Amino acid sequence: MKPLVPVSRARKVALGIAFFVVFVAAWSVATLGGFVSKTFLADPLTMLVEGWELFAKHGFAYDVGITVWRVLGGFVLAALFGVPLGIAMGAFKPVEAFFEPFVSFARYLPASAFIPLLILWAGIGEAQKLLVIFIGVFFQIVLMVAVTVGSTRRDLVEAAYTLGAGPRGIVRRVLLPSASPQIAETLRLVLGWAWTYVIVAELIGASSGIGHMITDSQALLNTGQIIFGIIMIGLIGLVSDFAFKWANQRMYPWALH
Amino acid sequence: MSKLVIDGVGRTFPGVHGGAPTLALTPVSLAVADNDFITILGPSGCGKSTLLRIVAGLDRPTEGRVLLDGAEVSGPGADRGMVFQSYTLFPWLTIEENVRFGLREKGLPVAEQASIARHWIRKVGLEGFERHYPKMLSGGMQQRTAIARALANAPKILLLDEPFGALDHQTRGLMQELLLAIWESEKTTVLFVTHDIEEAIFMASRVVVMSARPGRIKADVAVPIAHPRLYTVKTTPAFSSLKARLTEEIRAEALKVEGAALPGD
Repeated sequence: MKPLVPVSRARKVALGIAFFVVFVAAWSVATLGGFVSKTFLADPLTMLVEGWELFAKHGFAYDVGITVWRVLGGFVLAALFGVPLGIAMGAFKPVEAFFEPFVSFARYLPASAFIPLLILWAGIGEAQKLLVIFIGVFFQIVLMVAVTVGSTRRDLVEAAYTLGAGPRGIVRRVLLPSASPQIAETLRLVLGWAWTYVIVAELIGASSGIGHMITDSQALLNTGQIIFGIIMIGLIGLVSDFAFKWANQRMYPWALH
Repeated sequence: MSKLVIDGVGRTFPGVHGGAPTLALTPVSLAVADNDFITILGPSGCGKSTLLRIVAGLDRPTEGRVLLDGAEVSGPGADRGMVFQSYTLFPWLTIEENVRFGLREKGLPVAEQASIARHWIRKVGLEGFERHYPKMLSGGMQQRTAIARALANAPKILLLDEPFGALDHQTRGLMQELLLAIWESEKTTVLFVTHDIEEAIFMASRVVVMSARPGRIKADVAVPIAHPRLYTVKTTPAFSSLKARLTEEIRAEALKVEGAALPGD
Protein backbone atom coordinates (compact mmCIF):
# COMPACT_ATOMS: atom_id res chain seq x y z
CA MET A 1 0.00 0.00 0.00
CA LYS A 2 1.22 3.45 -0.95
CA PRO A 3 -0.15 6.57 0.72
CA LEU A 4 -3.01 8.40 -1.08
CA VAL A 5 -3.05 6.06 -4.11
CA PRO A 6 -6.72 5.66 -5.13
CA VAL A 7 -8.40 2.24 -5.42
CA SER A 8 -10.61 1.10 -8.28
CA ARG A 9 -14.38 1.32 -7.85
CA ALA A 10 -14.89 -2.44 -7.80
CA ARG A 11 -12.21 -2.93 -5.17
CA LYS A 12 -13.62 -0.12 -3.10
CA VAL A 13 -17.06 -1.73 -3.02
CA ALA A 14 -15.57 -5.16 -2.31
CA LEU A 15 -13.48 -3.83 0.57
CA GLY A 16 -16.45 -1.96 2.00
CA ILE A 17 -18.59 -5.11 1.97
CA ALA A 18 -15.72 -7.20 3.31
CA PHE A 19 -15.72 -5.37 6.61
CA PHE A 20 -19.45 -6.03 7.10
CA VAL A 21 -18.70 -9.74 6.48
CA VAL A 22 -15.83 -9.73 8.98
CA PHE A 23 -18.01 -7.94 11.52
CA VAL A 24 -20.92 -10.37 11.23
CA ALA A 25 -18.52 -13.33 11.23
CA ALA A 26 -16.87 -12.19 14.47
CA TRP A 27 -20.29 -11.61 15.99
CA SER A 28 -21.43 -15.11 14.91
CA VAL A 29 -18.33 -16.77 16.32
CA ALA A 30 -18.73 -14.95 19.62
CA THR A 31 -22.42 -15.77 20.04
CA LEU A 32 -23.01 -19.07 18.18
CA GLY A 33 -19.67 -20.40 19.44
CA GLY A 34 -20.92 -19.91 23.00
CA PHE A 35 -18.29 -17.40 24.04
CA VAL A 36 -20.89 -14.81 25.04
CA SER A 37 -24.06 -15.50 27.02
CA LYS A 38 -27.34 -15.19 25.13
CA THR A 39 -28.64 -12.92 27.88
CA PHE A 40 -26.15 -10.26 26.94
CA LEU A 41 -25.87 -10.60 23.20
CA ALA A 42 -28.18 -12.38 20.76
CA ASP A 43 -26.68 -14.15 17.78
CA PRO A 44 -27.31 -12.82 14.25
CA LEU A 45 -29.90 -15.46 13.39
CA THR A 46 -31.96 -14.83 16.53
CA MET A 47 -31.72 -11.15 15.82
CA LEU A 48 -33.18 -11.64 12.34
CA VAL A 49 -35.99 -13.83 13.65
CA GLU A 50 -36.79 -11.32 16.38
CA GLY A 51 -36.76 -8.56 13.80
CA TRP A 52 -39.20 -10.41 11.60
CA GLU A 53 -41.47 -10.97 14.59
CA LEU A 54 -41.29 -7.29 15.46
CA PHE A 55 -42.69 -6.39 12.07
CA ALA A 56 -45.14 -9.29 11.84
CA LYS A 57 -46.56 -9.30 15.37
CA HIS A 58 -45.75 -6.05 17.12
CA GLY A 59 -46.46 -3.49 14.41
CA PHE A 60 -42.85 -2.29 14.34
CA ALA A 61 -43.41 -0.59 10.97
CA TYR A 62 -45.51 2.00 12.81
CA ASP A 63 -42.66 2.66 15.28
CA VAL A 64 -40.19 3.07 12.42
CA GLY A 65 -42.58 5.42 10.64
CA ILE A 66 -43.15 7.58 13.70
CA THR A 67 -39.42 7.83 14.40
CA VAL A 68 -38.65 8.81 10.81
CA TRP A 69 -41.41 11.41 11.01
CA ARG A 70 -39.96 12.88 14.22
CA VAL A 71 -36.44 13.05 12.80
CA LEU A 72 -37.59 14.73 9.62
CA GLY A 73 -39.95 17.06 11.49
CA GLY A 74 -37.32 18.27 13.96
CA PHE A 75 -34.65 18.44 11.29
CA VAL A 76 -36.77 20.38 8.79
CA LEU A 77 -37.89 22.77 11.52
CA ALA A 78 -34.30 23.42 12.61
CA ALA A 79 -33.15 23.86 9.00
CA LEU A 80 -36.05 26.20 8.21
CA PHE A 81 -34.96 28.60 10.93
CA GLY A 82 -31.26 27.76 11.16
CA VAL A 83 -30.24 28.11 7.51
CA PRO A 84 -31.61 31.66 7.02
CA LEU A 85 -30.15 32.81 10.33
CA GLY A 86 -26.79 31.26 9.43
CA ILE A 87 -26.84 32.98 6.03
CA ALA A 88 -27.65 36.34 7.63
CA MET A 89 -24.81 35.85 10.12
CA GLY A 90 -22.32 34.82 7.44
CA ALA A 91 -23.23 37.71 5.16
CA PHE A 92 -23.61 40.57 7.65
CA LYS A 93 -20.96 41.00 10.30
CA PRO A 94 -23.10 43.01 12.78
CA VAL A 95 -25.70 40.21 12.74
CA GLU A 96 -22.90 37.73 13.36
CA ALA A 97 -21.50 39.82 16.23
CA PHE A 98 -24.98 39.92 17.78
CA PHE A 99 -25.80 36.18 17.65
CA GLU A 100 -22.48 34.38 17.43
CA PRO A 101 -21.46 34.40 21.13
CA PHE A 102 -24.87 33.13 22.26
CA VAL A 103 -25.10 30.48 19.54
CA SER A 104 -21.59 29.26 20.38
CA PHE A 105 -22.66 28.93 24.01
CA ALA A 106 -25.98 27.29 23.22
CA ARG A 107 -24.26 24.80 20.92
CA TYR A 108 -22.64 23.18 23.95
CA LEU A 109 -25.87 22.78 25.89
CA PRO A 110 -26.63 19.05 25.75
CA ALA A 111 -30.01 18.51 24.11
CA SER A 112 -30.61 15.34 26.14
CA ALA A 113 -30.29 17.31 29.40
CA PHE A 114 -33.23 19.42 28.27
CA ILE A 115 -35.54 16.41 28.13
CA PRO A 116 -36.86 16.68 31.72
CA LEU A 117 -37.45 20.38 31.24
CA LEU A 118 -39.09 19.86 27.88
CA ILE A 119 -41.39 17.22 29.34
CA LEU A 120 -42.44 19.82 31.94
CA TRP A 121 -43.06 22.40 29.26
CA ALA A 122 -44.40 20.39 26.37
CA GLY A 123 -45.53 17.13 27.95
CA ILE A 124 -44.56 13.80 26.44
CA GLY A 125 -46.23 14.39 23.09
CA GLU A 126 -44.73 14.96 19.67
CA ALA A 127 -43.88 18.59 20.38
CA GLN A 128 -41.38 17.50 23.03
CA LYS A 129 -39.69 15.03 20.66
CA LEU A 130 -39.39 17.65 17.94
CA LEU A 131 -38.00 20.19 20.42
CA VAL A 132 -35.25 17.84 21.58
CA ILE A 133 -34.11 17.39 17.99
CA PHE A 134 -34.52 21.07 17.30
CA ILE A 135 -32.31 22.07 20.24
CA GLY A 136 -29.80 19.40 19.31
CA VAL A 137 -29.25 20.50 15.72
CA PHE A 138 -30.45 24.10 15.33
CA PHE A 139 -27.37 25.81 16.78
CA GLN A 140 -25.01 23.51 14.89
CA ILE A 141 -26.75 24.35 11.61
CA VAL A 142 -26.61 28.09 12.34
CA LEU A 143 -22.88 28.10 13.08
CA MET A 144 -21.83 25.83 10.23
CA VAL A 145 -23.90 27.73 7.67
CA ALA A 146 -22.55 31.07 8.96
CA VAL A 147 -18.96 29.85 8.56
CA THR A 148 -19.67 28.52 5.07
CA VAL A 149 -21.28 31.75 3.86
CA GLY A 150 -18.60 33.87 5.55
CA SER A 151 -15.82 32.02 3.76
CA THR A 152 -17.10 32.79 0.26
CA ARG A 153 -14.18 33.60 -2.04
CA ARG A 154 -13.53 37.33 -1.76
CA ASP A 155 -12.39 37.65 -5.36
CA LEU A 156 -15.78 36.36 -6.57
CA VAL A 157 -17.52 38.96 -4.41
CA GLU A 158 -15.22 41.67 -5.79
CA ALA A 159 -15.82 40.52 -9.36
CA ALA A 160 -19.57 40.78 -8.77
CA TYR A 161 -19.16 44.30 -7.39
CA THR A 162 -17.27 45.38 -10.51
CA LEU A 163 -20.11 43.91 -12.58
CA GLY A 164 -22.53 46.26 -10.89
CA ALA A 165 -23.97 44.05 -8.14
CA GLY A 166 -25.23 45.75 -4.98
CA PRO A 167 -25.49 44.20 -1.48
CA ARG A 168 -28.69 42.38 -2.45
CA GLY A 169 -27.13 41.01 -5.62
CA ILE A 170 -24.02 39.91 -3.71
CA VAL A 171 -26.08 37.91 -1.21
CA ARG A 172 -28.51 36.40 -3.71
CA ARG A 173 -26.26 35.83 -6.69
CA VAL A 174 -22.85 35.18 -5.11
CA LEU A 175 -22.99 34.19 -1.43
CA LEU A 176 -26.02 31.90 -1.73
CA PRO A 177 -25.07 29.91 -4.83
CA SER A 178 -21.46 29.74 -3.70
CA ALA A 179 -22.43 28.35 -0.28
CA SER A 180 -25.27 26.05 -1.37
CA PRO A 181 -23.31 22.83 -1.92
CA GLN A 182 -21.58 23.15 1.44
CA ILE A 183 -24.87 24.01 3.16
CA ALA A 184 -26.42 20.87 1.67
CA GLU A 185 -23.43 18.91 2.92
CA THR A 186 -23.89 20.42 6.39
CA LEU A 187 -27.53 19.37 6.41
CA ARG A 188 -26.55 15.83 5.43
CA LEU A 189 -24.16 15.68 8.38
CA VAL A 190 -26.66 17.20 10.80
CA LEU A 191 -29.41 14.79 9.78
CA GLY A 192 -27.19 12.05 11.20
CA TRP A 193 -27.05 13.84 14.55
CA ALA A 194 -30.83 14.26 14.53
CA TRP A 195 -31.06 10.46 14.58
CA THR A 196 -29.12 10.18 17.82
CA TYR A 197 -31.29 12.82 19.48
CA VAL A 198 -34.58 11.20 18.45
CA ILE A 199 -33.62 7.90 20.04
CA VAL A 200 -32.60 9.64 23.26
CA ALA A 201 -35.93 11.45 23.26
CA GLU A 202 -37.77 8.18 22.71
CA LEU A 203 -35.93 6.35 25.48
CA ILE A 204 -37.55 8.70 27.99
CA GLY A 205 -41.30 9.25 28.15
CA ALA A 206 -42.36 7.86 24.80
CA SER A 207 -45.03 5.34 23.88
CA SER A 208 -43.94 4.69 20.33
CA GLY A 209 -40.90 4.79 18.10
CA ILE A 210 -37.74 2.76 17.68
CA GLY A 211 -36.26 4.13 20.92
CA HIS A 212 -39.39 3.14 22.85
CA MET A 213 -39.21 -0.39 21.42
CA ILE A 214 -35.59 -0.60 22.55
CA THR A 215 -36.48 0.34 26.17
CA ASP A 216 -39.32 -2.19 26.14
CA SER A 217 -37.00 -4.91 24.88
CA GLN A 218 -34.49 -4.11 27.58
CA ALA A 219 -37.14 -4.85 30.22
CA LEU A 220 -37.70 -8.23 28.53
CA LEU A 221 -33.95 -8.88 28.16
CA ASN A 222 -34.55 -9.30 24.44
CA THR A 223 -31.13 -8.32 23.07
CA GLY A 224 -32.09 -9.58 19.61
CA GLN A 225 -34.77 -6.91 19.31
CA ILE A 226 -32.50 -4.21 20.70
CA ILE A 227 -29.80 -5.00 18.17
CA PHE A 228 -32.36 -5.22 15.38
CA GLY A 229 -33.62 -1.76 16.34
CA ILE A 230 -30.11 -0.33 16.34
CA ILE A 231 -29.31 -1.89 12.98
CA MET A 232 -32.60 -0.56 11.61
CA ILE A 233 -31.52 2.98 12.55
CA GLY A 234 -28.17 2.44 10.88
CA LEU A 235 -29.83 1.20 7.69
CA ILE A 236 -32.25 4.12 7.52
CA GLY A 237 -29.32 6.46 8.13
CA LEU A 238 -27.34 4.83 5.34
CA VAL A 239 -30.24 5.13 2.90
CA SER A 240 -30.93 8.78 3.76
CA ASP A 241 -27.24 9.56 3.49
CA PHE A 242 -27.04 8.06 0.01
CA ALA A 243 -30.20 9.89 -1.01
CA PHE A 244 -28.76 13.18 0.23
CA LYS A 245 -25.44 12.60 -1.55
CA TRP A 246 -27.20 11.70 -4.76
CA ALA A 247 -29.45 14.75 -4.58
CA ASN A 248 -26.48 17.04 -3.86
CA GLN A 249 -24.60 15.71 -6.85
CA ARG A 250 -27.61 16.22 -9.08
CA MET A 251 -28.28 19.72 -7.77
CA TYR A 252 -24.70 20.99 -7.84
CA PRO A 253 -22.94 19.40 -10.80
CA TRP A 254 -20.54 22.36 -10.97
CA ALA A 255 -19.22 21.65 -7.47
CA LEU A 256 -18.07 18.09 -8.28
CA HIS A 257 -14.39 17.44 -7.93
CA MET B 1 -10.44 64.91 -23.10
CA SER B 2 -9.32 62.67 -20.28
CA LYS B 3 -11.59 59.75 -19.59
CA LEU B 4 -9.96 58.89 -16.33
CA VAL B 5 -8.04 61.20 -14.04
CA ILE B 6 -6.00 59.84 -11.17
CA ASP B 7 -5.35 62.88 -9.03
CA GLY B 8 -2.68 62.55 -6.35
CA VAL B 9 -3.85 59.12 -5.27
CA GLY B 10 -1.83 57.62 -2.42
CA ARG B 11 -2.39 54.63 -0.16
CA THR B 12 -0.97 53.91 3.26
CA PHE B 13 -1.81 50.64 4.97
CA PRO B 14 -2.14 50.86 8.75
CA GLY B 15 0.58 49.17 10.77
CA VAL B 16 -0.04 45.64 12.01
CA HIS B 17 0.09 45.11 15.79
CA GLY B 18 1.11 48.68 16.48
CA GLY B 19 3.89 48.61 13.89
CA ALA B 20 4.68 51.46 11.55
CA PRO B 21 2.18 52.05 8.74
CA THR B 22 3.23 50.91 5.26
CA LEU B 23 3.29 53.42 2.45
CA ALA B 24 2.20 51.36 -0.57
CA LEU B 25 1.67 54.16 -3.01
CA THR B 26 3.14 57.66 -2.90
CA PRO B 27 0.66 60.11 -4.43
CA VAL B 28 0.32 59.28 -8.12
CA SER B 29 -1.25 61.41 -10.84
CA LEU B 30 -2.15 60.07 -14.23
CA ALA B 31 -4.60 61.00 -16.98
CA VAL B 32 -5.99 58.42 -19.36
CA ALA B 33 -7.42 59.73 -22.63
CA ASP B 34 -10.61 58.38 -24.14
CA ASN B 35 -10.01 55.21 -26.21
CA ASP B 36 -6.45 54.95 -24.95
CA PHE B 37 -4.70 51.71 -24.03
CA ILE B 38 -2.30 52.27 -21.16
CA THR B 39 -0.20 49.66 -19.43
CA ILE B 40 1.19 50.16 -15.96
CA LEU B 41 4.49 48.33 -15.72
CA GLY B 42 6.28 47.69 -12.46
CA PRO B 43 8.08 45.13 -10.33
CA SER B 44 5.94 43.02 -8.01
CA GLY B 45 4.91 44.79 -4.84
CA CYS B 46 5.20 48.27 -6.35
CA GLY B 47 1.58 49.15 -5.66
CA LYS B 48 0.39 48.94 -9.25
CA SER B 49 -2.39 46.53 -8.32
CA THR B 50 -3.33 48.75 -5.38
CA LEU B 51 -3.65 51.67 -7.79
CA LEU B 52 -5.87 49.64 -10.11
CA ARG B 53 -8.03 48.44 -7.21
CA ILE B 54 -8.49 52.06 -6.13
CA VAL B 55 -9.62 52.96 -9.66
CA ALA B 56 -12.03 50.00 -9.55
CA GLY B 57 -13.37 51.24 -6.21
CA LEU B 58 -12.40 48.01 -4.42
CA ASP B 59 -9.89 49.87 -2.27
CA ARG B 60 -10.02 53.41 -0.89
CA PRO B 61 -7.17 55.88 -1.35
CA THR B 62 -5.84 57.51 1.83
CA GLU B 63 -5.31 60.69 -0.18
CA GLY B 64 -6.26 62.05 -3.58
CA ARG B 65 -9.17 61.05 -5.77
CA VAL B 66 -10.10 59.27 -8.97
CA LEU B 67 -12.37 60.92 -11.53
CA LEU B 68 -14.15 59.04 -14.29
CA ASP B 69 -15.77 61.36 -16.83
CA GLY B 70 -15.42 64.09 -14.24
CA ALA B 71 -17.30 62.21 -11.50
CA GLU B 72 -15.45 61.06 -8.39
CA VAL B 73 -15.20 57.31 -7.86
CA SER B 74 -16.54 56.28 -4.46
CA GLY B 75 -17.01 52.54 -4.82
CA PRO B 76 -17.09 49.70 -7.33
CA GLY B 77 -19.53 49.99 -10.21
CA ALA B 78 -20.48 48.59 -13.58
CA ASP B 79 -18.91 51.55 -15.38
CA ARG B 80 -15.46 50.14 -14.61
CA GLY B 81 -15.12 46.54 -15.79
CA MET B 82 -12.36 44.51 -14.21
CA VAL B 83 -10.49 41.35 -15.10
CA PHE B 84 -8.54 39.81 -12.22
CA GLN B 85 -5.38 37.73 -12.20
CA SER B 86 -7.14 34.90 -10.37
CA TYR B 87 -9.90 33.03 -12.15
CA THR B 88 -13.05 34.77 -10.96
CA LEU B 89 -15.75 33.23 -13.13
CA PHE B 90 -18.68 32.13 -11.01
CA PRO B 91 -18.26 28.36 -10.91
CA TRP B 92 -22.01 27.70 -10.56
CA LEU B 93 -22.83 29.57 -13.76
CA THR B 94 -22.23 28.44 -17.32
CA ILE B 95 -20.01 30.51 -19.60
CA GLU B 96 -23.07 32.19 -21.10
CA GLU B 97 -24.61 32.91 -17.67
CA ASN B 98 -21.29 34.34 -16.50
CA VAL B 99 -21.20 36.75 -19.43
CA ARG B 100 -24.81 37.75 -18.69
CA PHE B 101 -24.19 38.36 -14.97
CA GLY B 102 -23.87 42.12 -15.16
CA LEU B 103 -26.64 42.47 -17.74
CA ARG B 104 -29.03 40.59 -15.47
CA GLU B 105 -28.00 42.80 -12.59
CA LYS B 106 -28.91 45.81 -14.74
CA GLY B 107 -32.31 44.25 -15.39
CA LEU B 108 -32.05 44.08 -19.18
CA PRO B 109 -34.71 42.01 -20.99
CA VAL B 110 -33.62 38.38 -21.33
CA ALA B 111 -33.59 38.50 -25.14
CA GLU B 112 -31.25 41.48 -25.06
CA GLN B 113 -29.01 39.78 -22.50
CA ALA B 114 -28.79 36.75 -24.76
CA SER B 115 -27.90 38.72 -27.87
CA ILE B 116 -25.22 40.77 -26.10
CA ALA B 117 -23.77 37.63 -24.54
CA ARG B 118 -23.75 35.89 -27.94
CA HIS B 119 -21.88 38.85 -29.45
CA TRP B 120 -19.13 38.83 -26.81
CA ILE B 121 -18.77 35.08 -26.65
CA ARG B 122 -18.18 35.13 -30.40
CA LYS B 123 -15.78 38.02 -30.03
CA VAL B 124 -13.54 36.03 -27.66
CA GLY B 125 -13.89 32.88 -29.75
CA LEU B 126 -15.84 30.74 -27.32
CA GLU B 127 -18.82 29.73 -29.46
CA GLY B 128 -19.82 26.19 -28.65
CA PHE B 129 -18.78 26.55 -25.00
CA GLU B 130 -21.84 28.55 -23.86
CA ARG B 131 -23.23 25.73 -21.76
CA HIS B 132 -19.91 24.65 -20.25
CA TYR B 133 -19.06 25.31 -16.62
CA PRO B 134 -15.83 27.27 -15.96
CA LYS B 135 -13.97 24.28 -14.46
CA MET B 136 -14.32 22.47 -17.81
CA LEU B 137 -12.33 25.24 -19.53
CA SER B 138 -8.60 25.98 -19.71
CA GLY B 139 -7.15 28.97 -17.89
CA GLY B 140 -6.89 30.94 -21.12
CA MET B 141 -10.52 30.27 -22.02
CA GLN B 142 -11.62 31.29 -18.52
CA GLN B 143 -9.80 34.61 -18.82
CA ARG B 144 -11.33 35.15 -22.26
CA THR B 145 -14.75 34.63 -20.69
CA ALA B 146 -13.81 37.08 -17.92
CA ILE B 147 -12.94 39.68 -20.58
CA ALA B 148 -16.24 39.04 -22.37
CA ARG B 149 -18.10 39.27 -19.05
CA ALA B 150 -16.52 42.65 -18.27
CA LEU B 151 -17.03 44.07 -21.79
CA ALA B 152 -20.64 42.86 -22.09
CA ASN B 153 -21.46 45.48 -19.44
CA ALA B 154 -20.21 48.19 -21.83
CA PRO B 155 -17.97 49.77 -19.17
CA LYS B 156 -16.46 53.21 -19.69
CA ILE B 157 -13.05 51.76 -18.94
CA LEU B 158 -11.69 48.23 -18.77
CA LEU B 159 -9.26 47.48 -15.93
CA LEU B 160 -7.04 44.44 -16.12
CA ASP B 161 -4.85 43.27 -13.24
CA GLU B 162 -2.19 40.95 -14.69
CA PRO B 163 -4.96 38.93 -16.33
CA PHE B 164 -2.57 36.61 -18.17
CA GLY B 165 -0.05 36.24 -15.34
CA ALA B 166 -1.03 32.66 -14.54
CA LEU B 167 -0.95 31.47 -18.16
CA ASP B 168 1.94 29.83 -19.98
CA HIS B 169 4.03 31.92 -22.34
CA GLN B 170 2.41 30.77 -25.60
CA THR B 171 -1.15 31.16 -24.35
CA ARG B 172 -0.26 34.57 -22.96
CA GLY B 173 0.92 35.68 -26.42
CA LEU B 174 -2.35 34.58 -28.00
CA MET B 175 -4.37 36.34 -25.29
CA GLN B 176 -2.50 39.57 -25.91
CA GLU B 177 -3.31 39.38 -29.61
CA LEU B 178 -6.96 38.68 -28.86
CA LEU B 179 -7.30 41.57 -26.42
CA LEU B 180 -5.47 43.91 -28.75
CA ALA B 181 -7.71 42.92 -31.68
CA ILE B 182 -10.77 43.60 -29.53
CA TRP B 183 -9.39 46.97 -28.53
CA GLU B 184 -8.53 47.85 -32.15
CA SER B 185 -12.14 47.19 -33.19
CA GLU B 186 -13.98 48.48 -30.09
CA LYS B 187 -11.67 51.27 -28.92
CA THR B 188 -12.58 50.72 -25.29
CA THR B 189 -10.44 52.70 -22.87
CA VAL B 190 -8.08 50.22 -21.18
CA LEU B 191 -5.85 50.35 -18.12
CA PHE B 192 -3.72 47.22 -17.96
CA VAL B 193 -1.38 46.31 -15.10
CA THR B 194 1.52 43.95 -15.76
CA HIS B 195 5.09 43.16 -14.80
CA ASP B 196 5.85 41.71 -18.25
CA ILE B 197 7.79 44.24 -20.35
CA GLU B 198 6.99 42.69 -23.73
CA GLU B 199 3.30 42.52 -22.85
CA ALA B 200 3.33 46.14 -21.73
CA ILE B 201 4.82 47.39 -25.00
CA PHE B 202 2.92 45.13 -27.38
CA MET B 203 -0.54 46.27 -26.36
CA ALA B 204 -0.15 49.82 -25.15
CA SER B 205 -0.02 53.21 -26.72
CA ARG B 206 1.63 54.39 -23.48
CA VAL B 207 3.62 52.47 -20.91
CA VAL B 208 3.64 53.96 -17.41
CA VAL B 209 6.59 52.62 -15.42
CA MET B 210 6.25 52.45 -11.65
CA SER B 211 9.07 52.40 -9.15
CA ALA B 212 9.61 49.83 -6.42
CA ARG B 213 7.68 50.26 -3.15
CA PRO B 214 6.63 52.83 -2.24
CA GLY B 215 5.23 53.06 -5.74
CA ARG B 216 5.40 56.22 -7.79
CA ILE B 217 5.44 56.91 -11.52
CA LYS B 218 8.99 56.77 -12.77
CA ALA B 219 8.54 57.09 -16.52
CA ASP B 220 5.76 57.56 -19.03
CA VAL B 221 6.81 56.14 -22.39
CA ALA B 222 4.83 56.45 -25.62
CA VAL B 223 4.79 53.41 -27.91
CA PRO B 224 4.96 54.77 -31.49
CA ILE B 225 4.07 51.51 -33.23
CA ALA B 226 1.19 51.65 -35.70
CA HIS B 227 -1.99 49.58 -35.41
CA PRO B 228 -3.08 46.98 -36.23
CA ARG B 229 -0.16 45.26 -34.55
CA LEU B 230 0.62 41.65 -35.30
CA TYR B 231 2.72 39.43 -33.06
CA THR B 232 5.55 39.98 -35.56
CA VAL B 233 6.10 43.54 -34.28
CA LYS B 234 7.73 41.97 -31.25
CA THR B 235 10.83 41.30 -33.36
CA THR B 236 11.09 44.73 -35.03
CA PRO B 237 13.98 47.12 -34.13
CA ALA B 238 11.56 49.77 -32.81
CA PHE B 239 10.06 47.24 -30.42
CA SER B 240 13.47 45.93 -29.36
CA SER B 241 14.86 49.36 -28.54
CA LEU B 242 11.78 50.19 -26.45
CA LYS B 243 12.14 46.86 -24.72
CA ALA B 244 15.81 47.54 -24.01
CA ARG B 245 14.98 50.92 -22.53
CA LEU B 246 12.15 49.63 -20.32
CA THR B 247 14.26 46.65 -19.27
CA GLU B 248 16.80 49.08 -17.85
CA GLU B 249 14.13 51.08 -16.04
CA ILE B 250 12.55 47.98 -14.50
CA ARG B 251 15.87 46.34 -13.68
CA ALA B 252 16.88 49.37 -11.66
CA GLU B 253 13.66 49.05 -9.68
CA ALA B 254 13.90 45.32 -9.22
CA LEU B 255 17.46 45.79 -7.96
CA LYS B 256 16.23 48.15 -5.25
CA VAL B 257 14.06 45.36 -3.94
CA GLU B 258 16.32 42.38 -4.48
CA GLY B 259 19.69 44.13 -4.69
CA ALA B 260 20.82 43.35 -1.17
CA ALA B 261 20.47 39.67 -1.96
CA LEU B 262 22.50 39.77 -5.20
CA PRO B 263 26.19 38.98 -4.73
CA GLY B 264 28.76 41.11 -6.55
CA ASP B 265 26.33 43.27 -8.49
